[in-house]
Amino acid sequence: MISIWFFIGISLAVNGALILAAGIYQFVYPPVNPGVVLFNLHAGIWWGATLLVIGLVYCFKFSPGRRHS
Amino acid sequence: MTPMLAINVPTRLVLLTPVDIVIVVFYFALVLCIGWYLRGRANTAEDFFMAGREMTAWVAGLSFLSANLGALELMGWAGSAYQYGILATHWYWIGAIPAMLFLALVMMPFYYISKTHSVPGYLKLRFGEPSRALSAVSFALMTVLMSGVNMFAMAKVMQIILGWDINFSIWVSSLTVAIYVSLGGLRSAIFNEVLQFFLIWAGALLIPVLGLHEAGGWTNLKLQIAQRTSAQYIHLWSGLGSFTANPMGIHWTGIVFGLAAIMSMGYWTTDFLVVQRILAAKDIRSAEMAPIIGAGFKMMVPFIVILPGLLGLAVLPEKLVPESVAAVTGGHSYNDVFPLMLARYCGPGLLGLGVTALIAGFMSGMAGNVSAFTTVWTYDIYRPLINNKGSDHHYVNVGRWTTVIGVLVSVGTAYLVMQFASIMDYVQALFSFFIAPLFGTVVLGMLWKRATGAGGFWGLLCGTISSISMWTWVKVDPSALRYVALSPHAKALAQDMYQGLWSFIVCVVVTVAVSLKTEPMPDSELTGLVYGLTVVPSVGNVALYRKPLFWAAVVTVIFFALNIIFW
Repeated sequence: MISIWFFIGISLAVNGALILAAGIYQFVYPPVNPGVVLFNLHAGIWWGATLLVIGLVYCFKFSPGRRHS
Repeated sequence: MTPMLAINVPTRLVLLTPVDIVIVVFYFALVLCIGWYLRGRANTAEDFFMAGREMTAWVAGLSFLSANLGALELMGWAGSAYQYGILATHWYWIGAIPAMLFLALVMMPFYYISKTHSVPGYLKLRFGEPSRALSAVSFALMTVLMSGVNMFAMAKVMQIILGWDINFSIWVSSLTVAIYVSLGGLRSAIFNEVLQFFLIWAGALLIPVLGLHEAGGWTNLKLQIAQRTSAQYIHLWSGLGSFTANPMGIHWTGIVFGLAAIMSMGYWTTDFLVVQRILAAKDIRSAEMAPIIGAGFKMMVPFIVILPGLLGLAVLPEKLVPESVAAVTGGHSYNDVFPLMLARYCGPGLLGLGVTALIAGFMSGMAGNVSAFTTVWTYDIYRPLINNKGSDHHYVNVGRWTTVIGVLVSVGTAYLVMQFASIMDYVQALFSFFIAPLFGTVVLGMLWKRATGAGGFWGLLCGTISSISMWTWVKVDPSALRYVALSPHAKALAQDMYQGLWSFIVCVVVTVAVSLKTEPMPDSELTGLVYGLTVVPSVGNVALYRKPLFWAAVVTVIFFALNIIFW
């Protein structure tokens, strides 16, 4: 049976990748009016990267193949 | 345990970008995939209703917490923090931690070794069929109505934050929950709740992190709050010596005896919505560890719920107002503070994750209600009162259909609330009527062997009636607040605490009086159900760091330290 932690890994990794990509896009092409406070911190980049890394670790550690091997 | 949330202002707070929409759609796809994957693992009644009783302590513990951590909880308590200050934290610390530890160390062994499927099921074993019937019918009715009220509130919130159509929100969320719970049963609900727990943290954690950065740290935040409101907004206990010295109008006796000793004990130890998750644990050690793990994380929840409300007091340029004022002026109400803070800090992608966290919170609460309703209906109403000769397969089918019907009744309730908004207030109040007396009945049943079936039934009934009577009295004559809540200045939350305290006392007094006048139950019928007549199972010869008692002690030390730090 696939572990719940694997599903959580997928969720965090996909969300992290999307947020990281959006953050990088905004870093490269900064909007004239960002619409958020503290835009200069580029939270999307570091928060997206954090989620992506945690998600990948979970995916690897709890992957179905690894558990059954 | 969720403050009232009724939002009336028809404005859109945020606009989602394509990447935000992809994140939301991905969430819906993933929860449906999990339900589909687990459909083959819900073939027996034990699998469907109890998740096979094979959950680890971590899964059961996070699910136990997540079933309570709905989006109404997130938004409602953030709004309460804006309105009452740090006092709202009491509902997460003293209003939860002692009760969770009490559940783990004192009550869980009895729930677990009795192998009951539900809290009403325990009442049947301990007090007989009348107590179970009273408890099961009231719980089933209130759970499905609450689910509908929450569904409507969610749809309303989505309309305000995102501009989504109410019908769209109601049907998409309810059908998604109906599909994944009816396919995979409790296991599917639990898996999704754990996933939702992570999403809620991932989506909400940035608000306090960036908010503290903007405010210049905790010390500066306190200074700004004290300047804009009063110093009492940042103290947990120092203003509770008088009803008038704190923003909530409550005395420390209400917090300690009403909230901590009765209301939270009742909610966390007898509300089947949360207890069901622990009953699915794989062994006694996991069943005891799960609430302790839940307590550890519960202590951290104020960071993503209360702190955004406090930050709103300091950094938002506009002053938020009560719902009634916002409805007239068109401004933002207290309950809008969480989405306002979300929109303040979160750009594309992050906003989608934050909105997903809210949707996940709504759906975990709804799935919790529906799965608990399904179990109580099937085991405590349908089987004993309608058809007790069905096969295991028959009861699984009843469970699947009950899930769908429960969701449809919830949808019906949501539309009813849409027509008659005042129903929302009544249903939320009704649910709280049963919590405190039920705790009195269950705890006396577990700790006092002289309590009889008649005592348990009449105590539960009289306690419930007394709670309804007090609430009605204050509705009809608001000046009665000075008697029910001991102060005319008491706010709604304070009234709930005292109402719970009095109804608990009525329940206990009636139970004791009737029990002493009726024939004692023989010891042989009480084995495994009552302290003193039961060999409480041991967690085995495990290392110290694996013992529930050790971790309960760790949580207790941190709990006291936090209360002293924020005194």
